[in-house]
Amino acid sequence: MNLQGLRLYTFAAPSRFYWLTGWLIPLCWLVCLGFAAAGLYIGFFVAPTDATQGDAYRIIFIHVPTAWMSMVLYLVMAFWAGIGWAFNARMASMLARAIAPTGAMFTFLALWTGAIWGKPTWGTWWVWDARLTTELILLFLYLGYIALINAIDDQRRADQAGALLALVGSVNVPIIYFSVKWWNTLHQGASVSVTKGSSMASTMLLAMLLMAIACWAYAFAVVFMRARALTIERESHAGWVAELVQRRIAR
Amino acid sequence: MIWNSASEFFAMGGYGLYVWGSYVVCAAFMLTEPLLARHRHRQALRDAAAQSHDQEDQS
Repeated sequence: MNLQGLRLYTFAAPSRFYWLTGWLIPLCWLVCLGFAAAGLYIGFFVAPTDATQGDAYRIIFIHVPTAWMSMVLYLVMAFWAGIGWAFNARMASMLARAIAPTGAMFTFLALWTGAIWGKPTWGTWWVWDARLTTELILLFLYLGYIALINAIDDQRRADQAGALLALVGSVNVPIIYFSVKWWNTLHQGASVSVTKGSSMASTMLLAMLLMAIACWAYAFAVVFMRARALTIERESHAGWVAELVQRRIAR
Repeated sequence: MIWNSASEFFAMGGYGLYVWGSYVVCAAFMLTEPLLARHRHRQALRDAAAQSHDQEDQS
């Protein structure tokens, strides 16, 4: 094992993770608020009104970032759950648990903003189209994961069962992503693509990307906050938690 | 500037209810979630403090 690897692994220890994220969380919030302010300003005051959709299109600045996060967070959750299962790494399993509620929230928001956007543009809140249906399945996968890990009392077994569900469910994510390509759907194709670039006006794209960065920073901040709470809950018998608590009382 | 007045801004070209209905709900969720996480963290620290206090009493 090389030195760099060792250095990264040290943060797998809950005590060091707790200390590191204590520094990172305020930074994440700063990035989140800064980019959200810039993104909303450009989205609402600089980006022009859309020729076909009018101002209803401005929902895109929150809809696309939340939809991206819903998919990315699921893969990240499945990854850490898998690592926690394979290597019996406590911190990895705790991270997976910490990600689930945030991922579920972003999935709900993507569906919510999508429904509200669908009404004026498609004339309906909901259709059983491939993109919408698979995204709804993603929400159920998140909720199923949360319900499963909370239903099993033995934490290690709960983490293992959750990891299995998360990993099997991750097959849904590429299906969501490619659904607009594979099937004829009401949902439009990707606005931004790695191979074809963007089909949007540059100010619209800029606002959307700024909002996406804000959502990333938000996800990091909240997941770290929840992971810290989980760490204290699970490690309450550990010496470092007792020390930490005593230092807080002494202050 | 795209908007001539505040009321024009809030009307969003007739789509005000849709646009603000999206953003307000997102904002509400994204404000509530960190507050819940902070509450959980503080509760965990309080529980841990009570636990270490009990242990001291026993020893």
